[in-house]
Amino acid sequence: MDKLLFGDNQFFGVNHMSEEKARQQQIRFQRDEAVIDVLIDAYEEHVTTFMCTTHDRIGHIASYFLENRDQYPDLTFFPGMPYAHKYANAVTTDGMLGALKKFLPSSGRVDAAMRGASSLMSKDVTAMITMLIDAEMKMFEGLPTPVIWLQNVVTDLLLGLGFDDAFTIFAEHVRSRYNAEPGFITMNLPMLAPVLSRLGIPSPLICSNINKIGFRMPGGIDEYRKALESHAFRPVAMSVYASGAIPPDEAIQWVCEQPNIESIVFGASSRGNIRGTRQLVEKYWRK
Amino acid sequence: MVTVAVVGLGKMGISHLSMVRALPGVEVVGVVDSIGYLLGVLNKYTGVPTYTSVDELLLAKKPDAAIVATPSRLHFPLVKQLLEAGISVFCEKPFTLRSVEGDELVELAAEKHLVTQVGYHNRFVGAFKEVKRLLELGAIGEVTHGLAEAYGPVVLKPQGGTWRSKSTEGGGALYDYAAHPLNLINWFMGEPEAVGGTVLNSVFSSEIDDEVCSTLYFPRNRTVSLSVNWSDESVRKMTTRITLWGTGGRIFADRQEVQVYLRDETAIPEGYQPGWNVRYTTELTEPVDFYLRGEEYTAQLAHFVDCVRNGNREGTNTFESAVVTDRVIERMLEDAKRGPGVLLSEPAAVPNTRRRPARRIVEVVRLGVRKIQSVSPGRK
Repeated sequence: MDKLLFGDNQFFGVNHMSEEKARQQQIRFQRDEAVIDVLIDAYEEHVTTFMCTTHDRIGHIASYFLENRDQYPDLTFFPGMPYAHKYANAVTTDGMLGALKKFLPSSGRVDAAMRGASSLMSKDVTAMITMLIDAEMKMFEGLPTPVIWLQNVVTDLLLGLGFDDAFTIFAEHVRSRYNAEPGFITMNLPMLAPVLSRLGIPSPLICSNINKIGFRMPGGIDEYRKALESHAFRPVAMSVYASGAIPPDEAIQWVCEQPNIESIVFGASSRGNIRGTRQLVEKYWRK
Repeated sequence: MVTVAVVGLGKMGISHLSMVRALPGVEVVGVVDSIGYLLGVLNKYTGVPTYTSVDELLLAKKPDAAIVATPSRLHFPLVKQLLEAGISVFCEKPFTLRSVEGDELVELAAEKHLVTQVGYHNRFVGAFKEVKRLLELGAIGEVTHGLAEAYGPVVLKPQGGTWRSKSTEGGGALYDYAAHPLNLINWFMGEPEAVGGTVLNSVFSSEIDDEVCSTLYFPRNRTVSLSVNWSDESVRKMTTRITLWGTGGRIFADRQEVQVYLRDETAIPEGYQPGWNVRYTTELTEPVDFYLRGEEYTAQLAHFVDCVRNGNREGTNTFESAVVTDRVIERMLEDAKRGPGVLLSEPAAVPNTRRRPARRIVEVVRLGVRKIQSVSPGRK
């Protein structure tokens, strides 16, 4: 896995610091070409892994790079699913079952169970989860996806509920169907790591906020450090700049000093900033 | 250990269940929903005991507290039943659809010495807490005008189907969206004296409002304009924004940041300077034990559980405070039926008689004085 993964928050107006900045980014990246240009910049800076959500627009981006595969043969996708807002909005307008029906192919037992015609068996729940995964993965057909992530809203919702089996179902399906490594994005690393370890999911990737000021690291930096040292998983750091609250040099130096981190996800909108992060990682990454 | 039941497994109920289960010192002893299918899955995979009604729950368990996240119309009967059973209640917003029902629940909770809270999570957002602090310090002097806004991409095409698309059940942008900025304004400025100019407009929905505007009137000619639209595709997710103008400056806040302009002559709070100041969520947000959708959601539940544990009935977002917002909403509905105030098609009032009352009074007094003088004996 590359030391640096290129994230997609900046393309979709996700900014944890300012709604105003988020809107500026949305304006800048409203055309797919603008996103593709920055991905090509990243590629030319040797940042060739794109960690992205399953936002509808990513489908267009994926098609572009499938069509131009010969020009960007090393470009790799790490999809993170689902893009939660489309489900959340569907639940508001269609209700819980309505939303499920909207996103699931209408066939067989699951559909019958949801209409109340039969009770739901565990194989139905498994079928539901795997169908949702397959629906989200459609847009990446023909492209390399060696890691598939479960987005933090879903990971953490399931974690809080104690719906642990869903993690196993996800991991097994991702491995068997896509020959990919399962990854879990979380805002609660110290709570998630022992759960995945107890479930016996072998060396899962876990991506979480890891930054010098402890921003959105529930449990605190010390608990995160302990979890990282336990090394039963493969840690990936995100939000290393804490949305810009930490100066780049200081931020990367600190993250590189943390134990066992395999990779850093970052977002940038210009080639200069991509190069800046790459050079800092080259400077501070433990040898 | 605080024992909690969760009533209602919609979008809010499921996320509350996840967050409250993750809190230290909490045990979820029951989940109630009318849809057996969801309960079956939840029970099978998480082991939590499930019930298809509050009656059934109360026969089996006596939790310390309950979280009610059902369709709004059911808040009143269910909360009442839970309070009568001696259970403290966290209820989703809006609290009740008729403020008299809210008042009744306030009284009932007081009689029973129970803890109450309503899910106005914005009062737990670091940026809005900072606004409250700055106002209490008098940072922008006296507030003269405010703008309270909420926008989001919820209803983007004609549709219907759930309780949220029926006004009689508490659906619509007024209850679902506008309640948030209104509640913040109640927190910052108290209860208004009057409302006017309320328009509840449908953009796509057939039965309910997708757009709300209104003016809230406070003493001394202070006003707040309300602008709400949940059919706004231009924003990625719901945004709630408050702008306040005062004699000493101006504050803008959303859940991410606070931008404050302070005039030189006001008392500048510590850490602030005259002119522009910006504080971001990264510095304003206090850490929580578990993060799901934003610190504020966990923080409000942690606060509720703490209040239950300590028997604190004076916490943030009590039923009493939420009734204020319900009452404003109720009066806005009434106001909306009146239609526009001044029709341009009607003849305009004569400017002199309307706009210069002081001069008329002077004239009347002068005439009166002359009359008195004309009849007074000494003048003859």
